[in-house]
Amino acid sequence: MTTLDLFGTRAPSRRIPRFDPTLVLSWAIVAVVLAWALAPGLFTPHSGTVGIAGNQLKAPDAAHWFGTDEIGRDVLARIIYGAANSLAGAIVAVAVGFFGGTALGLVAGSVGGKLDIAIMRIVDVLLSVPGLLLQLSIIIILGFGTVNVAVAVGVTIVAGFARLMRSEVIRVRQADYVEAAFGSGGRFAAVLWRHVLPNSLGTVIAYAALQFGSAILAISTLGFLGYGAPPPTPEWGLLISEGRKYLTAAWWLTTFPGLAVILVVLAANRISQSLRRSS
Amino acid sequence: MTQAIVSRIGQALVVLLLAFTASFLLLQALPGDAILIKYQNPEMGLTPEQIAEIRVLYGADAPIWAQYGNTLWNFLQGSFGYSIQAGVPVNTLLATNLPPTLRLASLALVLAILLAFAIAFAATLAPFRWLRNALASLPALMISVPVFWLGIMLIQIFSFRLRLVPIINPNEFQALILPVLTLALPIAAPLAQILIRSLDEVEAQPFVAVARAKGATRKGVLWRHVLRNALLPVLTIAGLLFGELLAGAVVTETVFGINGLGRITEQAVSNQDTAVLQAIVILAAGGFILINLLVDLAAPLIDPRLKRTVGALA
Amino acid sequence: MNMLAFPSKKSLLDIRDLTISYHLPEGRRQVVNGVSFSIGEGEVVALVGESGSGKTTTAQSIIGLLPDNGRIESGSIRLNDAELSDWASRRFDAIRGKVVSLIPQDPGSSLNPVLTIGRQVEEILKLHGWRDRKARHARVLELLARVGLSNPELRANQYPHELSGGMKQRVLIAIAVALKPALIIADEPTSALDVTVQHRILDLIDELRAESGTAVLLVTHDLGVAADRADRVVVLRKGHVEEQGPTSALLARPTSAYAKQLLADAPSLAPKGFRDAPENPEAAIEVRNLRQEFGHGKSRVLAVDDVSFSIARGTTHALVGESGSGKTTTARSIVGLQHPTAGSILIDGTEVTSLSGEARRLFRRDVQLVYQNPFTSLDPRQRILDIVGEPLRNFETLTRKARDERAAAMIEKVGLPADVITRNPRALSGGQRQRVAIARALVLEPRFLVLDEAVSALDVTVQAQILNLLTELQDQLGLTYLFVTHDLSVVRQIAHTVTVMQAGQAVETGLVARVFTEPASPYTSDLLAAIPGRRLGASHPVLHYSGAAE
Repeated sequence: MTTLDLFGTRAPSRRIPRFDPTLVLSWAIVAVVLAWALAPGLFTPHSGTVGIAGNQLKAPDAAHWFGTDEIGRDVLARIIYGAANSLAGAIVAVAVGFFGGTALGLVAGSVGGKLDIAIMRIVDVLLSVPGLLLQLSIIIILGFGTVNVAVAVGVTIVAGFARLMRSEVIRVRQADYVEAAFGSGGRFAAVLWRHVLPNSLGTVIAYAALQFGSAILAISTLGFLGYGAPPPTPEWGLLISEGRKYLTAAWWLTTFPGLAVILVVLAANRISQSLRRSS
Repeated sequence: MTQAIVSRIGQALVVLLLAFTASFLLLQALPGDAILIKYQNPEMGLTPEQIAEIRVLYGADAPIWAQYGNTLWNFLQGSFGYSIQAGVPVNTLLATNLPPTLRLASLALVLAILLAFAIAFAATLAPFRWLRNALASLPALMISVPVFWLGIMLIQIFSFRLRLVPIINPNEFQALILPVLTLALPIAAPLAQILIRSLDEVEAQPFVAVARAKGATRKGVLWRHVLRNALLPVLTIAGLLFGELLAGAVVTETVFGINGLGRITEQAVSNQDTAVLQAIVILAAGGFILINLLVDLAAPLIDPRLKRTVGALA
Repeated sequence: MNMLAFPSKKSLLDIRDLTISYHLPEGRRQVVNGVSFSIGEGEVVALVGESGSGKTTTAQSIIGLLPDNGRIESGSIRLNDAELSDWASRRFDAIRGKVVSLIPQDPGSSLNPVLTIGRQVEEILKLHGWRDRKARHARVLELLARVGLSNPELRANQYPHELSGGMKQRVLIAIAVALKPALIIADEPTSALDVTVQHRILDLIDELRAESGTAVLLVTHDLGVAADRADRVVVLRKGHVEEQGPTSALLARPTSAYAKQLLADAPSLAPKGFRDAPENPEAAIEVRNLRQEFGHGKSRVLAVDDVSFSIARGTTHALVGESGSGKTTTARSIVGLQHPTAGSILIDGTEVTSLSGEARRLFRRDVQLVYQNPFTSLDPRQRILDIVGEPLRNFETLTRKARDERAAAMIEKVGLPADVITRNPRALSGGQRQRVAIARALVLEPRFLVLDEAVSALDVTVQAQILNLLTELQDQLGLTYLFVTHDLSVVRQIAHTVTVMQAGQAVETGLVARVFTEPASPYTSDLLAAIPGRRLGASHPVLHYSGAAE
């Protein structure tokens, strides 16, 4: 959310076919978290939801790398099992924002006129309400829960996608090669499909990667406030919220889930940056 | 010029009215009835007839367009309706809860701006390339940190480990340090990022080389030529960050247990107290629209090209 | 071979074996390679070369303004017996502006947009010890008046965007001469300006230089400008000095193959005579009373005002004028990209102005446009084969194979190697890209080609190749060209007939031979007089040498 408007100016695009350790690391982080989400059982022998009696609030050690919580659940296992929740939510949110936003932006930018003005006013309204409040307004209607939270986050990022897509379409439409395509006899739909869409999507896809990170942040925030999945679901934001009660006794309960969020968001931002450079 | 200002203000009003309409339709016209939630509670032992009477009292039985007109009229007069859960006017709730939030947000904003400039200048002027790169990537890290987690970590470190900031019976200043820091860091990050990039881009402009060719030092050029040109994008982003600031304040208040907008927002969501939430949403949207209007109007003061002066070309 | 010509006067700047490289992510790249030359006091030396020759980098190193990743690897730069090559950037602060100053390339972006003109001129005085505010102000006004700006008081309070390009360049000259430096580095000082403005600016630099005895290093891609203005010329190519010597000697007897090539290709220096007038003047395109307005009410602009001309089949008609003359607008109306406000355009008897929808689309088969900038007119995501094949896809139902074959044949015809077809435009040079654009325009076998400044963005040698290609294709295919350009010397090379435009009006139309030798309008005379290199080209036996060099 925050990074939305950082996208305004385009970085100078230089093609550097070079091994970049931070980029490789970013892809590795995303791959690992994706694997956690798909097959959590492969990465931990412990359960994500059932605790072991007598094993409560143990500090990190060889058996439990990230320690255990108040009812003896392994924190690493909770994080691994929670990946599915966070990733699925972020994917749904970005999908809602991407498809809704690019469709609106494409129509506004390519049709123009009154429809453009109308769409952009709606986008202005969406942008004028702080993301969190808009999400809460939607949650109040839809109710709590993982899917509802994801949809709410998705609706708030529609506006950013629509704005970016519109400005990209307008930029590409003014390009000489688009005029040349009309000039060589291209029909509207053909030019849109062959030139405008491929050349505007690159930036929008980079933006989607950025929004993926933001969506993970937003979902964890709503989870922390208690509007997401109900306990004992191992959602990352919820883990931090639950760990707060033991702040003095067990620092690991809050620290590790937060680091997981940070790493994934950082990786998404780094990947977005590299996609933007190559588009 | 004046015509442009008038049309810009008109546009802002249209967006505000649209925002009001949308929030009304979403929050009041759709299901989720706070009156039913509160009064259907079996402990109250009210009959359906009695509930219906209460609904008439709140005006909830009127046709939708009449409710819309009423609410709009009341909003225009500065009255935001009744909190059904608390049983008091929304205005009363706001009067007690808005000031602490505003204080937190404005202190954090000031700190964020100072931090952003400090980081950006350090990242531009630091003596070694590796240090400049490290400083320049700092904002990217700060952006990725969840606000609530940052607050918890600060409490953990400064209150529990280092015992620098007491959490039990702190004085007013001590009570504000950590929340302001928590809120300022994620706001400072995007500002610093834009400022760094903007300084970079302006420094590559030919007029900077011309200024250097006059014999000015790098710092002199940075101060006299680059900074003012780099400020405009930062101002624009600062306006757009208002929403982040408010949302961040809500979360920060929850983490630090401060009474403010955050608390009543949370209660409103939990109790489906739509009148309260609508008032907050409209106030936030109004604030956002006003601030960005001011940013737009202030932009020509920084960049004279934005004043559309005609003539003068002989 | 590489004969060094030493200046007759006392040496001011002495560069020896200068080697400069850039540190890029993919490794180190040498852009200046063992360059040596010197400049005497009060002398004008031109550094001539095409893009990528290292001329600008060399100039930047003298004033200590190399980009961050640029480094002087070896060699020496001596200015007044001080060795500058190992100076830290900070040490330059004392001599910049005072001993060496700069007139930059692009006046449009070389003034700070948020400060007034007055403050920007004042800055150089302030930096070098003028403490008295009143004295500074008076000197600023004096300087602005000296560089020919009317109403200096008003100008000093204006912002850069309120001034025209030529006026901005005058302001930058005022800054450069403010402290009467020993050396001015003029880096392509006029390439962003119209030809008549260019002429006046160069005159001004000449005048001020002579007045204060300042030496000038004139960096330019234009051999004509160098020929007109420099005492000596240094020809650079790919970081090497190809040849240097006194201007007249070098132009008369170039020894290196590259200098010969440059002389042969420079349109202004090599008038090959005019193209023959068409024998059967059957009009293929007729423009009558064309009028184009943009905007409404107060902001209404009249871009084209009652323009008429006709083009005979199989010939080239040039539309020539400076920026804002309406030449491009006229061309765009002819290809049907905009609806004129009034007037008619008949192409082979079809009224173009009333076409719309499908009829306009079909009309485009016959009339194609080639753009100025080959870097923006090709879709960066398409392969060359698909770019050239796309018009076929729009008009003909061919199998993919048949389409690719026709596109490949066209690519071969415009002189591109066969292996480019699978590449992206990014991998091609500017000249190659313009060939692709021409191939795309011709693949439908149109009868008319409109070329909008189609060679302006290219280096002279490439420009000459493209012009040759266009002439060949015209002879082969019987094409009719409308050639839009600001460059009169190109007109002389390629066009049969010409219309000269100024401020939306056609001031003169006729055969190129007639317009160039007996211009009827004073504006045309001004334009002709402003062509750089004309002085030398007309009187000197350059022609024979350039011919002999082939």
